[in-house]
Amino acid sequence: MRLTRRRALAAGAAALAVPRLAPAQAQARTLRFVPQANLANIDPVWSTAVVVRNHGLMIYDTLFGVGADLRPRPQMAAGHEVSADGRRWTIALRPGLKFHDGERVRARDCIASIARWAKRDVLGQRLDALLEEMRALDDDRFEIRLKRPWPGLAFALGKPSANICAVMPERVARTDPFQQIQDYTGSGPFRFRQDLFRPGDVVVYERFADYVPREEPPDLLAGGKRVHFDRVEWRVMPDPSTAAAALQNNEVDWWETPLADLLPLLRRHRDIVVERINEFGNLGVLRFNFLHPPFDNPAVRRALLPAIDQRAFMQAAMGTDAALWRVPAGVFTPGTPLANDAGIEVLTRPRDLEAARRMLREAGYRGERVVMLSATDLPVLQSLAEVAADLMRRVGFNVDLQAMDWGTHIQRRTNRGPVEQGGWSAFCTTWEGLDVSVPGSHQPIRGHGAAAWAGWPTIPRLEELREAWFEAADPEQERRIAEEIQRLVWQEVPFIPLGQVLPVQAYRRSLTGVLKGSSSMFWGVRRT
Amino acid sequence: MYAYVARRILATIPVMAVVALFVFSLLYIAPGDPAAVIAGDQATPEDVERIRQSLGLDRPYLVRFGAWLWDILRGDLGVSIFTNLPVSTMIAQRIEPTLSLMVVTLLFAVSVAVPMGVVAAWKQGTLIDRMVMAFAVLGFSVPVFVVGYLLAYVFALELDWLPVQGYTSFREGFGPWLENLVLPAIALGSVYIALIARITRATMLEVLQQDYIRTARAKGVGQRGILFLHALKNAAVPIVTVIGIGIALLIGGAVVTESVFAIPGLGRLTVDAILRRDYPVIQGVVLLFSFVYVLVNLAIDLIYTLLDPRIRY
Repeated sequence: MRLTRRRALAAGAAALAVPRLAPAQAQARTLRFVPQANLANIDPVWSTAVVVRNHGLMIYDTLFGVGADLRPRPQMAAGHEVSADGRRWTIALRPGLKFHDGERVRARDCIASIARWAKRDVLGQRLDALLEEMRALDDDRFEIRLKRPWPGLAFALGKPSANICAVMPERVARTDPFQQIQDYTGSGPFRFRQDLFRPGDVVVYERFADYVPREEPPDLLAGGKRVHFDRVEWRVMPDPSTAAAALQNNEVDWWETPLADLLPLLRRHRDIVVERINEFGNLGVLRFNFLHPPFDNPAVRRALLPAIDQRAFMQAAMGTDAALWRVPAGVFTPGTPLANDAGIEVLTRPRDLEAARRMLREAGYRGERVVMLSATDLPVLQSLAEVAADLMRRVGFNVDLQAMDWGTHIQRRTNRGPVEQGGWSAFCTTWEGLDVSVPGSHQPIRGHGAAAWAGWPTIPRLEELREAWFEAADPEQERRIAEEIQRLVWQEVPFIPLGQVLPVQAYRRSLTGVLKGSSSMFWGVRRT
Repeated sequence: MYAYVARRILATIPVMAVVALFVFSLLYIAPGDPAAVIAGDQATPEDVERIRQSLGLDRPYLVRFGAWLWDILRGDLGVSIFTNLPVSTMIAQRIEPTLSLMVVTLLFAVSVAVPMGVVAAWKQGTLIDRMVMAFAVLGFSVPVFVVGYLLAYVFALELDWLPVQGYTSFREGFGPWLENLVLPAIALGSVYIALIARITRATMLEVLQQDYIRTARAKGVGQRGILFLHALKNAAVPIVTVIGIGIALLIGGAVVTESVFAIPGLGRLTVDAILRRDYPVIQGVVLLFSFVYVLVNLAIDLIYTLLDPRIRY
C-alpha cells in the first residue's frame, strides 16, 4: 500500500483516538482526585500540613475516631475502660487488625505510635506531660497510666486535625519524631504505592484487601471505612483553571479546593456537584506580635476591634457568595459546641472607624511602623492581609504591607526581633476549624510567652483557663470556660477572628456517598 | 576537531563549578527556611529549631557547601528535604516529560517557523509577509499561559479532541504520548516560532540580495532551489544560533507550560522546590539545566562546521 499524505494523517488520528477508548474500564475502578496541595512529604506525625494529614487518614487507622458530633468513638479499639480515679485507661484492640505488610497490629505497635505522636502534636504533648506509663498487657490490650485524670484522651487519640495519632508498626514508630519515617507500612483502608509515588504529580493508593472495617455506618473518622474503589489517584494540579477544565472534561472525578472565582462555571455544569464537605471550615485570624510596639500595648490591639468588619474580610477572601463564609465568628469555630456569643458585640455592633481612631490615640500610639506580612501565593491569606492593612491605615496606623511567598512568610514569622531587624508586627492566616473548636488545640489563644505560637503573647490567665478546660467535668463546665476565654480574648486580643471560611468541593455527579466531615475521605464513595 | 570537543567538554567543569558556587550561595542568602515550611503554620520556634538541626541547616555556610560539593563530586545530588527521595531519582522521574515537551516543541517550531520565515522573505511586502510578521508580533506578545488556556478551551473543552492536562509516558504508546503534548507544544512553541520566523526572514532577505543568488537566477535555477538550496543553507548559521539560544527560552517557558497543562516535568519540580525551599532539589535541577545549556552550545558550535565548511576549530 502506498503511503499517501492523507493515509498518514488518518493513521495518526486513529493512533490518537485509541487511548481515549481503552482505559474506560480501568477508570471505573479508579477514583481520580485533585488534592488541595502537592503531597511533598508523607509522614503525618512529622508534618502538620493538612494534605499530609489527609494522606495519613488514607493509609493509617487510629485507635479512636471522632464522629460528626465531635465525640470520640472506638475505631481500631474494640473498647476501653477507665479506672474509677480516671488515671488508668485500658484499651483493647479489635481482632483481625493487620498492617499492610500482613503483620498483626499489636498493643506494642500502638504504644510506640502514641509515644512518637505525643512528642509532636499539641494534644499529644499534653499526654506526654501527664503520662506516667504505657505498657502492653498482652498483644491485644495495653494501658495508659496518667499522673492526673484526662477525660479528653480519647478525643486526642481520635481527632482528625493534624497531627493525627496514626498507628504504625512499632519498628516505624520508633523513628525520632523530628525525623521523617522511611517505611510507609500503614494500618488503614488504603495502601500507599511508594513505587508509583511521584511528588508534585501523582500519589497512588490501592484498596487494602485485609482491612477490617467496623460494622457501624461511616461517621467522619468513626464507623466502617468500606472502600468501593480498587485504586485512588491523587493528581496534583497547581493551576486552578487546569483542574477546573480537567473536571469538566471528565479527566478527574473530584477537586478538593475549587477557586471561588470558578464556582459559577462549575455550578452551571450539569455533571458536576459543588458542595461543602468540610463542615467546620477554617477560621480567619489576624495575629499580632506581642514583643514589640505598637502591638505590645493591649489598648492598641483593642483599638482595632470597633473597626473590624468580618464581612469585608470574608468577601475579599471568598467572594460575595455568602454560602462560602460565616460571620460573626468568635474565638471558637462557629457551629461547634464551644462556639458562643460572650462579648461578641465587639465585632457585631455597627462598625465605628471614628471610635477606633479615638481609641488608638488614647492608647498612645506614636506612629510606629506596622509591618504586615502577606503571602502572595496563597490567595485567601493575601486578601485577608490586604483588607487588614487597608483597615489599619484608615484607623491611623503607619502600615508597611510586605508581600512575599509563603516560604519566606513562614520563616519571617520566626523572627522575634523588631521590624528594623527583619521582624514583623501582624499577619493574617487561617486555622482549621476543628483545631480552634476546643481550647486544647487552639494555638491562637495560647498565652505561654516564648513557647507560644508566633506572636508570643504572655497571658497567664488564658493558660489557666485552657488547663481548666482539660480538667472540666462536663460539657456545661467546658462551655463556661470557653465563654470566659472568649471574653478575655476581647480584652487581651492575642488575635482577632476574621470570619469562618467555608470552602466547597466539586466532584462528578457520578460519585455518590461522599462523606461530609473535616476533610476528603474516600471510604463510602461509589461511582454509579 | 576531537581535541576541540574534548577541550570544550573539559571547559564545562569550571563553568559548572561557578554555577554550583553561585546557586549554593544564592540559596544560602535567600530568605526562607525549609524547616519553617516543614514545621508548618502552627509550629513553635523550638519545633522549627529542632527540625533545622535534624536537617543540618544550622551548620555554617562553608561546612554545608563543602559537604554538598563533596557529594556532587561523588555523583550524589543529595536527598530532598521534603520527600526524602534522592534528587537524582526525582530528576529521573521528571526528565522524560520535559525532554518530550522540548523535543516536540522544537520540531514543531522549527518545521513551522523556518518555512514561514523563508516564505515571508520571498514574498516581502505582500500580504503573506505582513501576516507572518503579525503572527510573530502576536507570538511574542501573548503570554504562553494565555495561549495555553485558549488552546485547552477550544480543543479540549469545546471540541473534545485532546486532553486538557497530564502526560503519558512514551512507553505507553506513541499515540497517547503525542496526544498529551500537542497543545502544550503549540502553546510553548508560539514564542519560539515567532523568534525563529523573524530571524529567518531577516537573514533570508540579506542573503537573497547576494551576488551568488543573482547568478543562480541567471543560470536558471528555480525559485524553490534558490530559496531552500542556495539561500537557506547560507542563512542557516544565524538561524541555528537563535535555535540554540531559544533552548533557554524553552526551559523557562516549560515551567509555565508544565503548570498550565499539569505536566509533571522538571519545570514544575523546580517551582515546587523553590516555593518550599527544598535546597538539594533546586541545586540539582539548576546544575542539570546549566549542564544541558553548555552542551547545547557545544552542539551548536559543532553544527556550524557542518553548515559552513569555512568554520574550523
